[in-house]
Amino acid sequence: MAGRYKEGVENIPIEQIADALFPEVILTTVDDFLNWGRSWSVWYLLFATACCGIELMQFGGPRTDADRIGSVFRATPRQADLMIVAGTITYKMASRVKLLYEQMAEPKYVISMGACANCGGPFWYSYSVLRGIDKVIPVDFYIAGCPPRPEALLQGVIEVQKKIKKEKYLRAKKSEAGG
Amino acid sequence: MEGIENIYTYLKGKFGEGIGILDKESRDPWFEVKRENLREVATFLRDDPELGFTYLVAITGVDYSKFVDVDYKGKLCATYILYRLRDSHQLIFKVFVEKEDPVIPSVWDIWRAAEWHEREAFDLVGIKFEGHPDLRRILLPPEWEGHPLLKDYKEPEEYRTPDGYLVVKTHRPDPLRENNESDQK
Ligand code: SF4
Repeated sequence: MAGRYKEGVENIPIEQIADALFPEVILTTVDDFLNWGRSWSVWYLLFATACCGIELMQFGGPRTDADRIGSVFRATPRQADLMIVAGTITYKMASRVKLLYEQMAEPKYVISMGACANCGGPFWYSYSVLRGIDKVIPVDFYIAGCPPRPEALLQGVIEVQKKIKKEKYLRAKKSEAGG
Repeated sequence: MEGIENIYTYLKGKFGEGIGILDKESRDPWFEVKRENLREVATFLRDDPELGFTYLVAITGVDYSKFVDVDYKGKLCATYILYRLRDSHQLIFKVFVEKEDPVIPSVWDIWRAAEWHEREAFDLVGIKFEGHPDLRRILLPPEWEGHPLLKDYKEPEEYRTPDGYLVVKTHRPDPLRENNESDQK
């Protein structure tokens, strides 16, 4: 942990340190530090409704091993940053998806995993299947496949990390609080 | 007693008109039971020492509207799959009803497994099982309208929960299918 911390500090570009004369820049650095911390602890909500869930288990298992990038599963939306919707969502389930998403604390991210969650997939013609979870909740990343390989899902989480690292976390909070 | 023909003759001797046609050509041979005699026949199939079909595997609802070359076309059907555990013998019989009057007596007290299977057939095909203690939808949400495995079922344009919490468009009629007549069957 200490080693990583050191590495993170070393990675801060020299221009930023040079620009440290201005308070704004110090704020950005704090942002970077927070984002660094957040991006290595993307905890995901277990939300597996169909066969993609098996690949989601592999994703947490020893081969792909999501733990090594700080992603562990959470059984409750209150503790989760990322919702991985893995599997077919029926209309009956769709309201639960929305409810769980709303129960997650900000900031929150969503990965839509597999053809079913993206667009209904093989069940496009079914009377009971929701044709894409983006009809119900906002989605950050879509992963194609039926099912996607666990490596693809890992790539998705790495994309979420990249997105987190680009965010201005404190400013976003400030602007939200200040109106 | 083994073999669908032997069983059919045996039942025919006992119930006469209560037993309808026999189809021994299909992969899973079956015979018809008239709805008025269903409960008698079912009890007999279970309790008779010669037969002893104590295990109900499934009840399946079928809509035969699109079948044109059979004499039960346009009807609804409940298929009962029975099993005799002592010698692994399977037996299938069907009960046909008109679409306008889709009522079949329930057999939930003869084979307890029938309770949920009848709820499923009611949910998806709309067969009403008379005497069932709790005939609610089992798979679809309770507010769902219509029975989706009927051939003339039309999917609504919108799905909404009763409290209005969720409203989604269903993409129906399907834009991908609109121009494809042969696909619409
Ligand atoms: S996308 Fe394929 S593997 Fe994933 S839940 Fe749907 S059918 Fe199953």
